[in-house]
Amino acid sequence: MKRRWNYSLWAGFLLVVLGLVSYVTFFVRFPITRDFPWANLLLFFAGAVLLGKGLIRSFRQPELYRGKILGSILAAVSLAGIGFFSYGLFYLVRQLPSSAAAPRLGQKAPDFTLPDQNGKPVTLAELLASPSAGTAGARANGVLLIFYRGYW
Amino acid sequence: MVAISVDAPEVTRQHCQKLGFTYTFLSDPNAEVIRRYDLLHQGGGPKGADIARPAEFLIDSTGTIRWINLTDSVTVRARPEQVLKAFDDLKPAAPTGA
Repeated sequence: MKRRWNYSLWAGFLLVVLGLVSYVTFFVRFPITRDFPWANLLLFFAGAVLLGKGLIRSFRQPELYRGKILGSILAAVSLAGIGFFSYGLFYLVRQLPSSAAAPRLGQKAPDFTLPDQNGKPVTLAELLASPSAGTAGARANGVLLIFYRGYW
Repeated sequence: MVAISVDAPEVTRQHCQKLGFTYTFLSDPNAEVIRRYDLLHQGGGPKGADIARPAEFLIDSTGTIRWINLTDSVTVRARPEQVLKAFDDLKPAAPTGA
């Protein structure tokens, strides 16, 4: 007798793959899904449920459903992928220096001179004397320094 | 608003052109200022390069630091409304009474 195709194994695996690739390609664009990857965790959860369902079928009713070997491989690959994702998003991104000696509230900001994107030297004192027009609209004069990792 | 990274001016200029940014980007390729602010993330960049960790400082016109955001995760950054509130808080309290 021809055994049935175990669709939930594949559906579960596809959801896990979607969860793996959608963070960097899509969810990272929105603070609400970037700060905490709950959308990806939901995809992983749904994928794991389907994979589990498919595996139970293939092991309990092997005469009806295929997928004992393939399902186990898909589940193992999914687990490894979720582990890799979690390591990156819950551990690696938090490995930042403590910056204990960074300037504190109420202190004077250390002055500096650095070239801008056109190579022109700019000092913090200059920036403070004339905040760029329009950047803060009618708000109080101030300079926002944004240190960023860069685009390399 | 001023952005600072280890990227070379040329890299940053192309980046600004591509994305349409018009504010000032400063280049600190040797991370001298980044070190002075204790914001160096050793080996945090590609191929173990030293880069800046994400951080934001709001400085008032007297040069005093009035707001700091030192995130503990690369993926969590200051949101625009937080920064706008920090700018609002710079304003002296509105005069009271008639």
